[in-house]
Formats: sequence, C-alpha cells, structure tokens
Amino acid sequence: MLKIDNLHAEVEGKAILKGLNLHIKPGEIHAIMGPNGAGKSTLASIVAGKEDYEVTQGSIELEGNDIGDLSPEERAHEGVFLSFQYPVEIPGVTVTNFIKTAINESRKAKGQEEMPAKDMLKKIREKSELLEIDRKFLSRSLNEGFSGGEKKRNEIFQMAMLEPKLAILDETDSGLDIDALRIVANGVNKLKSKDNAIVVITHYQRLLDYIVPDYVHVLYNGKIVKTGDASLALELEKKGYDWIKETLVS
Amino acid sequence: MDLKDKIISSYVAFEDGLDINTDVHEIRSEAFQNFEKLGFPTKKLEAWKYTSLNSVLNNDYSLFPINRKAVELADVKKYFIHDIDAYKIVFVDGKYSSFLSATTHDGFDVCLMSSALNKPKYKPVIEHYFNKAAKQDNLTSLNTAFAKEGAYIHISRNIEVEKPIQIINFTTGSEQATFLQPRNLIVVEQNAHVQIIERHQSLSEHAVLTNAVTEIFADRHATVDYYKIQNDKTSASLVDNTYIEQKSESTVSVHTFSFGGNITRNNLNFFQKGEHVNSILKGVTILEEKQHVDHHTLVHHIEPNCESHQDYKGIFGERSTGVFNGKVIVEKDAQKTNAYQQNNNILISDRATVNAKPQLEIFADDVKCSHGCTIGQLDNQALFYMQQRGIPKKEAQALLMYAFANTVLESVKIPEVKERITKIIANKLGVNIGFDI
Repeated sequence: MLKIDNLHAEVEGKAILKGLNLHIKPGEIHAIMGPNGAGKSTLASIVAGKEDYEVTQGSIELEGNDIGDLSPEERAHEGVFLSFQYPVEIPGVTVTNFIKTAINESRKAKGQEEMPAKDMLKKIREKSELLEIDRKFLSRSLNEGFSGGEKKRNEIFQMAMLEPKLAILDETDSGLDIDALRIVANGVNKLKSKDNAIVVITHYQRLLDYIVPDYVHVLYNGKIVKTGDASLALELEKKGYDWIKETLVS
Repeated sequence: MDLKDKIISSYVAFEDGLDINTDVHEIRSEAFQNFEKLGFPTKKLEAWKYTSLNSVLNNDYSLFPINRKAVELADVKKYFIHDIDAYKIVFVDGKYSSFLSATTHDGFDVCLMSSALNKPKYKPVIEHYFNKAAKQDNLTSLNTAFAKEGAYIHISRNIEVEKPIQIINFTTGSEQATFLQPRNLIVVEQNAHVQIIERHQSLSEHAVLTNAVTEIFADRHATVDYYKIQNDKTSASLVDNTYIEQKSESTVSVHTFSFGGNITRNNLNFFQKGEHVNSILKGVTILEEKQHVDHHTLVHHIEPNCESHQDYKGIFGERSTGVFNGKVIVEKDAQKTNAYQQNNNILISDRATVNAKPQLEIFADDVKCSHGCTIGQLDNQALFYMQQRGIPKKEAQALLMYAFANTVLESVKIPEVKERITKIIANKLGVNIGFDI
C-alpha cells in the first residue's frame, strides 16, 4: 500500500527526516510514536503533500506509484487521507457543503458524475450516526467554535465519507475525553478493512487500547529506530523515550 | 478642448431645450456655476487622494450621445435578473427605452425623471425632494446641472411593492466615447417598502464615463433595499453618488457588488433625520487586472437611538487597487447611537493594493461605535486542509473567498439576486462550483 524508502526532508534548510523507511500492507494498522520534535507530524504532512517541506532524497509510493510529485489534492484523489492534529476553522463553509464539495471534486477528478443528492444525504446520515454526530452540527461552519472533541470526530466523519485507502491519523487522540476517544476509535475500527491501511500517530498508549496496531514504530531524530508489535507501546509507556535514546547510544 | 471646457460650452445649448421658468432650472444653474468653479476633482482633494480620474477624463466624450444602434432584447437579457417578474426602467445611451422597460402608475409611480421634471402633477414632489439630499460637490453639481433623465420612483404610503424594480443603463458604443449622467429620484413614503436593483452596462469596448446621482428619501417606517451590481466592461468607468435621507424608524440597506469596470467610485451617503433609523451598507468587491474601486461612505448620525451597519469585503488580484474610506459622524444629540463598521480585505497578488481609511467623528458621549479593518492573505493552512480533502487549489481558494464574502451575501433578500451574484463570483474566480453554503 505505502512504501517509503530512505526519505530525507527539510524545512527552511533544517533536516527533519533523515532516511526514513516505512512499508505498510493493505489491512494493516501501524502506530508511530516518538518524542516531541522527532518528525511525526512532518512525516504525515509530507505524505499528504504539503508544499512547505522539501524532499531531498528517497521516495514515497502508493500502490506501486510514486506520488512524490503529486499535489495534495491529487494524493487525496489517489486515496490518501490525513486527519489533522489541528483541524483548520473555515468560517462560512458548512460541514455538509465542505464534504459534498470534497467528494464531488474527487469524483470529477476521476471522470465520474457528481454523487446524486439523495445518495449523498443517505451517506451523510449513515456516517454521522457512526460518529454519533448531531444533525445540527452538520450545518455549522467547518470547525468554527468546535470543541477539541468535535473537531476530531468531524475529521473521522470526513474519513468515513471519503473512504480513503490510506488514512493517517495525526494525534487524533489529543484533546479527547474518554467518551469521545471511544467514539472516534470505534468509528476508525468500523472503517477498517482488509483493503485499506491506517497509520496512527500518537504520544500515548491509551489510543492503542482501542485501535490495536499490528506494528508500533518509534520515530526519533528523523528515523524509525525501533519497530515492534503492540507490546512495544506498553513498554514505551512504562519506560519512556529515554530508554530508546539510551539503547541507541549503547 | 478638455472635458471641463467642453461641458461648460455645451451648457447653453442644453439649456435651450428646457423650460427655464422652474425651480429646477434655478437648481441647475446654481449647480452649473458650482461645477464651473470647482471643476473635476483631483488627487489634491483629501476625498480623492487615492482615486485619480485623469486617465478617464482624457477621452473625447460625446456629452449627448445619439443612440444609433438598436438593442435587441436577446442581446441584453442576461443583464437583467430575468428569472423574476420585475418593473424595469431601462435607458440606452441615456435615452429611455420603452421597448425594454416595464413601468407603472398603478397605485405608485415607477417611471421617468423626464416626465417627473416636466409634468405639473409631479411638481410638488420635485419641489420637495429634488436635489434636497444631494451634496453640492464637484461631480454631484455636474450631474445636477445636466439632470434630465433617469428613474423616478414614488411609492405612496403603506404600499409594499411586490416586484423588485430594475434600473439599467446600457451604453451601445455608437459613439467613440460616451459620457452619461443619469439622475434618479426615489421617494418612499410612510410604511412603504420597495426593492431596487441597479446596473450600468456597456455593450461595447468603447470608453464610457458615467456620473450618476441617486437620491433616496425614506419616510417614517419605510423600508428600502437597494442592490447595485457593478460588473461592467473594463472600458467603462463609474462615479456613483447616492444620497439617502431617512426618517424615524426607517430601514435602508444598500448592497454594492463591484466586480467589473475600469475606475469605480462609490460615494454613498446616509443622513439619519429621525430616531430609531437603521442604515445598512454592505459591499463585496472582487477585482483583477488594473481595476480600481473606491468605496467612500458617510453615515451621518444626527438623532438619538439610531443604528448603522457597514460591512465591506474586498478581494484584490493582479494589479487591482481598492479604497475604503468609511466616515461615521455622530452628532452631539445622537446619543445611544450604535454604529458598526467592518472592512476586510484579501490580497491575492503581490502587486494589488488596498488603502483603507476608517474615520469616526463622535461628538456624543453615550454611543457604541466600533470599526475593524483588516488586510490579509488567504490562509495557506486552510488551503492545504481543503486540498487534502481533494478540493483542487483553485476551487479551494474560490471557496475560501466566497466564504469570506458570505457575510454580505447572506443579507441579500432577493434569492435570484443572490444566485446571480454567486454565479458572477464563480465566473470571476474561474470555477464551476455551486457554493450552496
């Protein structure tokens, strides 16, 4: 599904990723953990195609195609979805209209007709129920005045609507209380299939109790320095990142 | 001969054809002398610091154009809001076109200024209102001196006019350069309600300069909603002078949509002559190339307990320039005034310019006056967010800009007008999306 090889990237001349490798197969869930400043969010933004970063070496392939030169919207059309750590507020654009525009622009890019209004409404209803989102919420301006939990739930709602092949959840657990966390995780699990893949970026083991990863990677200083199964997250929770740093030094 | 001399020397001939034994004649003569003294405004005047008319005054204008080209309805239909039933007062090269118009005298008057100025039955109204709200500045005086034709709308008390009234001035380009001076008078009596849509439209690439004056009188408890659609060719320039006098408990809103034209100057003046008056001034400006739009607003709070709401949004691309000069005067007696002014601008090009100048003169001590002015750019993080969801950059930009302008659009009360404006915006931004937000 996703194949990242020897990825080096910098922003304003400062190296952030320094030879990162990550291979993900369909049906897998990968968690990426690591201390602040390790490059986790940078990795997410680069895969999504944010232009502020310069990729100096390496490649990113999605289903065997190099997506390194594609614009963010082209990558989205190819099936890449990024749940933002800080979803952007867009006053004046309602949640419903935003998601309608997003879906229809994707369809347009693939040469398909717009989704009939009836189907769109049905899908919106289904997916908002999955995320326990109130109907009134859908006619509000996108993310404007939303609580942290509402913003994250709205991200996963959009993921449900867009049905991506590869979803990267960047600290989707931050700012969530335990009930919201459960709803969000439950939504993600229901969206999971043998054909798609999910990357969960998180600081805390907590989320991984709900979304159980097949692999846990530790990203440190621009590289993945350790990979294990779900138990690695528990070990990190117990020992902290200093343990990794010490292992690296020795 | 420069334009001023040409105008001055044509006045005698103009006067020749008119009845000189009237009050209006007196007003015209005085205005003419005023213009003769003042001439055209220059950048030396504080009020014209950011807008120069020099480039448009150089054309050899025909002052009294002769309409030699027939206008077919099919060619101009698109400039009307044609999907609604409406009264229409249409001029072609300054002359009334009965063929394109739909006027009425059935219970209220939607007709011509020339009739109102000439027929005795309108005399009392003309004497009472004509040139009574207009200022005696350069260009208003010039218009007054030659005032002859335009829209005359008189809504009697308690009448709610169900159909909107469209006032359209077409220019055919039968002359190399055309100078037009429409003069509109709108009197809305107690408790009456009217909606008006106004447009100036050139049908050729020839130069056009329009110096329009509109006076609106809203009596007690009257409601007037006025929409100005400015989407003319880039060979056409407009100075639009609008003067509004409001009596107690009246509400007047003016929405100005400026998307086209070469140089556009909007002088919009509100005078609140009663208590509990509400004045609403809103505008969306979207420009490109070397277009220039200058919004010069004045709200004069004279009596207590009144409100004014100003909201102007501007989006400037390429080498376009925008000016917002919003003046609010709160007189000593105008206690409990609530005056709100907002002007937000987005620059989408490094070479576009905005000059914003809010001016508040407050002489009362118990008032609420706020003003906010911003000049910024589109939020890159918001663009990335939208692109990440599959919305192409151009469409994402358009959606952000539309959302930005939406605070103005949402107060448009005629759905067909709102729809038309939305289409013009989508077209202007080069996208094909519905914006049903």
